[in-house]
Amino acid sequence: MKVIIRKLIEQHGRLPVAIATLSDDQDLYATGLTSFAAVQLMLGLEEAFDVEFPERMLNRKSFASIDAIASCIAEIAPQKAVA
Amino acid sequence: MCENCTTFRKGLFAHRLLIETGVDGLYGRSGVFEDVIQRFDNLITSFGGGDGADVVRFPPGMNRALFEKSGYLKSFPNLAGTIHAFNGNDKAHADLLEKLFAGEDWTEGQEATDIVLAPAACYPLYPTVAQLGPLPEGGRLYDLQSYCFRREPSQDPARQQFFRMREYVRIGSPEEVTEFRQTWLDRGRELIGKLGVPFDVDVANDPFFGRAGRMLANNQRDQRLKFELLVPIESVEKPTACLSFNYHQDHFGTLWGISQHNGETAHTACVGFGMERVALALFKHHGFEVDKWPSPVRKALWG
Repeated sequence: MKVIIRKLIEQHGRLPVAIATLSDDQDLYATGLTSFAAVQLMLGLEEAFDVEFPERMLNRKSFASIDAIASCIAEIAPQKAVA
Repeated sequence: MCENCTTFRKGLFAHRLLIETGVDGLYGRSGVFEDVIQRFDNLITSFGGGDGADVVRFPPGMNRALFEKSGYLKSFPNLAGTIHAFNGNDKAHADLLEKLFAGEDWTEGQEATDIVLAPAACYPLYPTVAQLGPLPEGGRLYDLQSYCFRREPSQDPARQQFFRMREYVRIGSPEEVTEFRQTWLDRGRELIGKLGVPFDVDVANDPFFGRAGRMLANNQRDQRLKFELLVPIESVEKPTACLSFNYHQDHFGTLWGISQHNGETAHTACVGFGMERVALALFKHHGFEVDKWPSPVRKALWG
């Protein structure tokens, strides 16, 4: 799953650093993720994993790191987490 | 719909303070109403006029290409107002009239012009500041006012489609613009305190559209980027935002390519005053007859 998440961050995140250099727990906002890019990432994740983030997950914290994103997806779609 | 807001709106019409046009949120204003707006405008200047802001006034329309670049349609597609016009020949004119007189939709042939309605007083400003090149040391400060348009018809007289917004806009370093916002949070409390209306200041968010908007709104709140000074007009539970204090971080600086004197991207902040809303707050809390308003309030406005 994290491979897909990394790919989507690369595609939507518009980060000034190479995705390979990011650790799973690194703060994406501190790395340069803007609010608007986070929205694009959120929509990209929904499409890729065929999920819909509930209202309570639509905040900064949910998309703050690769780990945070993975745990959100694992929570709303446990069967996708093993993919 | 609440009973009170109907009553308040009816009262405003009955006293000819606002004049009905048949469209919710589109009203004429009486001389008395305009006098209150003017006096409040002067009161704002008495607080901010000594800061040396550049005064700039734009009409309530802006360059469509710049509006498209501004990103407004990403966040508020439902509020935007675009200006369309007839651009046809004699045949198209005849078709238009035929449809018009038949009571059919005649607007089909209307074409978008290169002007859209300004959604906030500061939207036309940023690209013009970018044209001036890097900011001088200490940044820049602007004083703006214009009619603005937002497509949100409502019977709440405090939610109008055409309304005036006075703004001070600060462009500079993160420290300069956050200090500016703090100064105006303090001044805003003092200023509205002089008007004798109940108020509260709270963290807020813009009404971003859709699910993506939900996330932008939550982000904005988490980061405490927007504060509003709220006065109960329609209801106590849902008070009306009369002033707003916004820190845009480097959003507009990056978008328009505005750099500080040292080459770093400029940050921006603004304080906005909803002119009609403040006037309505005064009429709501002090009554429809300005001669009978409490003397400290009259003194603050008329001296």
